[in-house]
Amino acid sequence: MEVLQDLAKTNILKVQNYSILSYHSITNLASGPRYVQDTLDQMDDIGVGSLPIVLLSGFFIGAVMVLQTGSQFIRFGQASLTGDIVSLALVRELGPSITGLLVAGRCASGIASELGSMQVTEQVDAMRAMGTDPSRKLVTPRVLATLITLPLLTTISVFVGLLGGMLASVLSLRINATTFWERAIKILEFSDIMQGFMKTVVFAFILATVGCYQGLNVRGGTQGVGRATTQAVVVSSVLIIISDTFLTKIALYLADKLF
Amino acid sequence: MSLSTSGLTPAFQAVGHAAIEFDDVHLGFSEGEILRGVTFSAQERETVVLLGETGTGKTLLLKLASGLLRPDSGSIRVLGKDISGIPESELLGIRREIGFVFQEGALFDSLTVGENVAYRLHEDGVDPDEIEPRVSEVLRFVELAHTFDSLPSDLSGGMRRRVSIARALITRPPIVLYDSPTAGLDPITSQTIISLILRLRDVYGVTSLLATHRLQDGFALANFHFDSRSKKVRRDSSPESSRAAPTRFLVLRAGKIYFEGSPDELMKSQDPYLRRFLI
Repeated sequence: MEVLQDLAKTNILKVQNYSILSYHSITNLASGPRYVQDTLDQMDDIGVGSLPIVLLSGFFIGAVMVLQTGSQFIRFGQASLTGDIVSLALVRELGPSITGLLVAGRCASGIASELGSMQVTEQVDAMRAMGTDPSRKLVTPRVLATLITLPLLTTISVFVGLLGGMLASVLSLRINATTFWERAIKILEFSDIMQGFMKTVVFAFILATVGCYQGLNVRGGTQGVGRATTQAVVVSSVLIIISDTFLTKIALYLADKLF
Repeated sequence: MSLSTSGLTPAFQAVGHAAIEFDDVHLGFSEGEILRGVTFSAQERETVVLLGETGTGKTLLLKLASGLLRPDSGSIRVLGKDISGIPESELLGIRREIGFVFQEGALFDSLTVGENVAYRLHEDGVDPDEIEPRVSEVLRFVELAHTFDSLPSDLSGGMRRRVSIARALITRPPIVLYDSPTAGLDPITSQTIISLILRLRDVYGVTSLLATHRLQDGFALANFHFDSRSKKVRRDSSPESSRAAPTRFLVLRAGKIYFEGSPDELMKSQDPYLRRFLI
C-alpha cells in the first residue's frame, strides 16, 4: 500500500512540476527579459532543421494515401474522389499528427538531451547562480519557436503531401492533375483548416514542454540524459496521439456549432 | 561594504558586518537529513574554509548561500537580507552579488571562453563596446587572455576552473563561493588556482566561502598574501595581514559544524577526528 502511495505522490508531483513549467513557459512572455535571439536560433534549429524530414515524409504520405484510397475508389468507379479524401485527411489529420510526431522524434529528444546535458554538468545551476531564470532563457524560447514553426512545417507538409498525391494519382490512377488539385482545394472548408491549425498548436506545445521538462529533470548523469531523451519522445508522442482524439472531437463539435 | 569611502584598498579596510549568516539551517532529501542545524557566519572580506569528508554537505552549504537550494528550516542571510523564504525572482537579483565557482567549472560548452566570461554582462545589457575590454581584463587576471576565442572543450581542467573564476568575478561581486576548486587537479595547477583565489581576495577584498577536502588549500589562503606592490604572492602570517584578510576553518561532520576556528587553533587541536585532516 505504501509503495502505491509513494508512486501516486511521485507521479502527482511530476504532473504538478510539468504544469508549473508549462504555465511559466507562456507567462514569461508577458514580462522581460525576453530572449529574442535565442528564440530565432531555436526557430532555425527546430523549423529549418526539421524541413528535410517533413518534406520527404509529407510527399510520400500523400502518395501512399492516393495509392491506398484510389484503389478502393476505382472499384466503385469514383476515382475522382481521391483528391477530396486525400486533401481532407492531410489537412485535418495526417498533416498535423505525422508532422507533430516527426518533430517530436527529432526535437523533443534534442531539447531533452541538450537541457539534460546542461543539467548534469551544472550549467543550469551556473545560469541560475548568475541571476538568469532558466525558464525564461531555456524553456520559453524553445516553446515559442516550436509554436511558431510547427504550424508552418505542417502547412508545408500538407502542400507537399498534396503534390505527392497528385503525382501518384496521375501516374497510377490516370486522374488528370488539374481535376485532382481542384477537387482537393474545393472540398476544404474553413473548419478543416482550423482543425488542423488547432492540432498543430497543441502538438507543438506538448512536444516542446515535454522535451524541456524531461531535460531539466534529469537525474543520474549521462545515463539519466539517455533515459530523459527516450522518455521525451515516448511521452510527447503518446500525448500527441491521445490529445488528437479529443481535439478531433472538439473540432468536429465546434465546426458543427460555429461554421 | 564601502570600498571607496576611505581611499584605502579593500584589503586594508577593517573587517565589517556579516556577509553571510546561517542560523540553525536544516536540509534533507529522500535519503535523510544532510544538514542538521548549521549555524555560522562569514564576515565581510573573510575567507571561510569549509572542510569535511565527501557527502558531509559542503556543496549544499554553498548552494544554500547562493539560494540555489532552500533550507527545510532555519534562516540564511546574505548581505543583510534573509534569502530563505523569498521568491525566485528576488533571488535572481541577490545572486548577481555572488560569484559561484563550480567544481567542474560549469562553463557553457556551446559558448567560447570570451562569451562565457561576458555572459553576465550581456544579461545586464552592458554596452557591447564595453564588454570586450572588461572580459580581456579578467582573462588577463587569470592569465588566460589567449583563450578568448577557444571553446571550453579545448581547455584543460585547470584552465576551465580559471575561466570559471574569471566568469565569477566579471561583475566584481562582493561574495565569491568556491566549490572544491582544486579537486582532481595536479599540485602545480592547484597552487595556481589557490594563488588566484588569494589574489582575488587581496586585490578586490571579496568575502569567500571555499569548500574543500584539502587542508593545504586553507593553510595556503591563511599564510600567503598577494603583495600589490611587487605583484607577487608572499608568505605572510603577520597579524596585520591576518586581520586585513582573515581566514577561518569550519569542519563539517554528520551534518553539523564540528569545529570552528582559526588555522592555529586547528593545528593545535588534539581532537582525533581533526587530527585525521592534519596527517
